[in-house]
Amino acid sequence: MTPRRPAPFPVATALRAVAAWAVALLLFFPIAWLGLTAFKTELQAVAVPPQWLFAPTLENFHEVQGRSDYLHYALNSVVTSVLSTVLGLMLAAPAAYAMAFFRGRWTRDILMWMLSTKMMPAVGALVPVYVLAQKSQLLDTQAALIIVFALTNLPIMVWMLYSHFRDIPPEILEAARMDGATLWQEVRLVLLPLGMGGIASTGLLCLVLSWNEAFWSLNLSAAKAGTLATLIASYSSPEGLFWAKLSAASLMAIAPIVVFGWFSQKQLVQGLTFGAVK
Amino acid sequence: MTRTSRDLQDIPMAFLELNGVEKFFAQHRAIRGIDLSIERGEFIVFVGPSGCGKSTLLRLIAGLERIDGGSLRLDGRDITDLPSSRRDLAMVFQSYALYPHMSVYDNMSFALKLAGAPPEEIRAKVERAAEVLNLTAYLDRTPKALSGGQRQRVAIGRAIVRSPKVFLFDEPLSNLDAALRGQTRVEIAKLHRDLGATTIYVTHDQVEAMTLASRVVVLRDGQVEQVGTPLELYDRPANQFVAQFIGTPRMNLVPCGRLPEALQRHAPRAAANGSMGLRPEAIGVAPRGQGAMGGAMGGAMGGAMGGAMGGTVELVEALGAETLLYVRTVEGSQLVARLSERTRCEAGDEVSLQLDTAQALWFDDAGRVVAPQKGLAA
Repeated sequence: MTPRRPAPFPVATALRAVAAWAVALLLFFPIAWLGLTAFKTELQAVAVPPQWLFAPTLENFHEVQGRSDYLHYALNSVVTSVLSTVLGLMLAAPAAYAMAFFRGRWTRDILMWMLSTKMMPAVGALVPVYVLAQKSQLLDTQAALIIVFALTNLPIMVWMLYSHFRDIPPEILEAARMDGATLWQEVRLVLLPLGMGGIASTGLLCLVLSWNEAFWSLNLSAAKAGTLATLIASYSSPEGLFWAKLSAASLMAIAPIVVFGWFSQKQLVQGLTFGAVK
Repeated sequence: MTRTSRDLQDIPMAFLELNGVEKFFAQHRAIRGIDLSIERGEFIVFVGPSGCGKSTLLRLIAGLERIDGGSLRLDGRDITDLPSSRRDLAMVFQSYALYPHMSVYDNMSFALKLAGAPPEEIRAKVERAAEVLNLTAYLDRTPKALSGGQRQRVAIGRAIVRSPKVFLFDEPLSNLDAALRGQTRVEIAKLHRDLGATTIYVTHDQVEAMTLASRVVVLRDGQVEQVGTPLELYDRPANQFVAQFIGTPRMNLVPCGRLPEALQRHAPRAAANGSMGLRPEAIGVAPRGQGAMGGAMGGAMGGAMGGAMGGTVELVEALGAETLLYVRTVEGSQLVARLSERTRCEAGDEVSLQLDTAQALWFDDAGRVVAPQKGLAA
């Protein structure tokens, strides 16, 4: 084991702990408030001053389930986020492989260009994408969302996989080639096992991004293919805000991905640091 | 190009043949039309300063880089455009490039498995190679749990289990410490003797080149400067570059203008603007005023053959078995003398140098070797 470091100055430690807790609470507060509100009645939800102690009720959840089929939207969310992640990985992995191991003169520029497309506001592409979906009869279908989610996540997926693949010494792939491996064997027996950490964290991140995606699901889908994001949105309607029901719907929408994220946080953190920390 | 005398088998056709091989990196012509014939069982060493193209040339042979011009034949078959996986060559990388997610056994058996060899044959071959390389106890470990020297041996083992047509080594010893490097060098030499496999070995270390090679290929700027046995290169370098690259300490080089009058008369006319090259062991050193004694040549160096130069000792390197003396001559050049015995000389001593000019090489101003002028009247 490594030798123990001398204890740092206690005041500094205390200050750091206070600051860390403050930031953590600040970030967590909206979610905690959402959780609380979901179990209030509509009256309690809008009460001033806000109520901290109340008798929790499950009425909102019943009402949300009664008014709209939660499972239907949840299934749409699962299908679109999983399939768009799979589709995205299938496109991004070969691209990242080529860029990481067969660098050309334009590799860097292409990567920058791909990233720059993320700087354009999505609404800028709304009309053409909407028209394309409409003309190909894909409006309000899972297919449209899968394709659009995969494409919007593609730049970030290529970048993440690229930086993970760059951590793999190219000689190892060359050694496989010298050992007689075909391209497919090289990928299956060497690249995939070595890149699995990066592929997993990229996939997880894209799953989360697709799950939470709202802009395209709101614009391209409705009752048939709508995801949980559209379910939440339907509770902020022109008839007025129903805070408690909105909170209940939101809680139900984010719960699966929060639980999922909790179990995969190690991979997610690894992915978000882009393989820079070893 | 001279043929090595130690080739016992008489194989008329070259085993591996490079014809005008070219490689460009963008506009840069990295390999400039290299022709080379390698025979079965030879141990060929590519040597040269960094950036000379030796590793690139190896990668072209391996198929890891595309050949942009010329052709490559192996065992009678054109392999210029064949992918690495179908060339039947094995390579040991500088970084070893072991598969980190596999055990030593899996690393060594990977190629055989891909080739679809029967499991019992794979087991037998891997175990035999492990025995030869002292790896039997480590077969279940992953590369992470091995020392540098052990990883190196796994990399070699991975190459030998396949019995490939040619072994390629890309600076395999440069990641090892000095002691292990010497030891592994001996092991590689022994392995080559036992297996008799054709080997191409890249290094920037001319000691490795001299000790391992049956023939050395000296490269510079993507071109072959000279091909020959180690001693041919040492005794009869084709030019100043090879002469200075082979041998430690480097061959002494004195511009002809800085030689004493008596010595300048020995210089061939073509070398008048060039220089004289002399190996450190061809210089004897004596305290000023005495006859030259010592030196690797001992007293055999006749005064009539040699020329004398005066100088001041600048540095003494006593290595035990030999002593290196760095001397600044009266004319202003620095010469290194290698003495096979110890000396009382110290820095600052005035000495006289006895040069065995019969061993001298003469270079013209372009660095080409000029034949000594035997016929010239003295």
